[in-house]
Amino acid sequence: MYFPDWFIVHYSYMITIFLMVSSLYIIVMRSNMIKKLVGLNLFQTTIYLLYLSPSKITGGTVPIIMYDKPGAIYSNPLPQVLILTAIVVGVATLSVGLALVVRINEEFGTIEEDELFDGNV
Amino acid sequence: MQSIIGMVLMTLLAVVMIGIIRLRNLFAVVIFGGIYSLLMVGLLLVLDAVDVAMTEAAVGGGLSTVLMLSVLYSTKEEEIRLVRMRAFPLFFMVVTGVLIFATWDLLPLAIADLPSHTHVSAYYLDNSLKDTGVPNVVTSVLASYRGYDTLGEVTVIFAAGIAVLVLLQGSRIAKKKVSRSDSISGSDSVSGLE
Repeated sequence: MYFPDWFIVHYSYMITIFLMVSSLYIIVMRSNMIKKLVGLNLFQTTIYLLYLSPSKITGGTVPIIMYDKPGAIYSNPLPQVLILTAIVVGVATLSVGLALVVRINEEFGTIEEDELFDGNV
Repeated sequence: MQSIIGMVLMTLLAVVMIGIIRLRNLFAVVIFGGIYSLLMVGLLLVLDAVDVAMTEAAVGGGLSTVLMLSVLYSTKEEEIRLVRMRAFPLFFMVVTGVLIFATWDLLPLAIADLPSHTHVSAYYLDNSLKDTGVPNVVTSVLASYRGYDTLGEVTVIFAAGIAVLVLLQGSRIAKKKVSRSDSISGSDSVSGLE
């Protein structure tokens, strides 16, 4: 099966945008705090897609230098380095958020934002 | 062939995302998050990002899921159903449309002559073996050329670890106070009965 290049490019971008906006939808529309954190996590993974899909080069391979093949094409290593940092920082953010959820649940007995704001806890 | 695999994986990601939006059971949501990470790992392999794929499999698929499940153990598993403002979904649809329209101006993918591939990245690819002696360019950039970035990242993890410890320590102190006041009032009531 053959797809033209512009179709593949825009399919990838469209799915990335869809994933990004729907995870933002989860963060804004759901009042459960754990679900909000899941949405935040998913939003971060869509950023990986946005960075890494331009770093792939047609005919290129993984950026590990091959001694026996000089002149081989490699994909761009720089976005991969940036995203490696972003993944680790993301899990740090997630763990702080989850610790806050545990504290809120101990203090108020609920993790639903609407119940907390209404004050009928 | 690679692009077809990538497109199938992307479609599956979108399906899993719709599932996460619609589900109300938080346990199922967390497990779907694990499936999402697994699909993302496959997609990263197709995109030639093996180091990122390994880290995502260990941290995104493993550690985050375990953290979420351990928090779910102490909280409720079911999300309550609420009706929120009806205008918001329309707003998100408009944002999606505008952003998809904007992607037509983004870079075309997979072409080696773009400025983003010819400037500093080409320098790393040409010189990393000479400068550092490490064949894996991602490793040499992470640990050598941009070592200060990694130092900052370690600082962030340290700060996050301290924050988590302080938060959970607070809960332990609060519990101790409650149990102490309970025991005091209990002894009072006993003495009152006498």
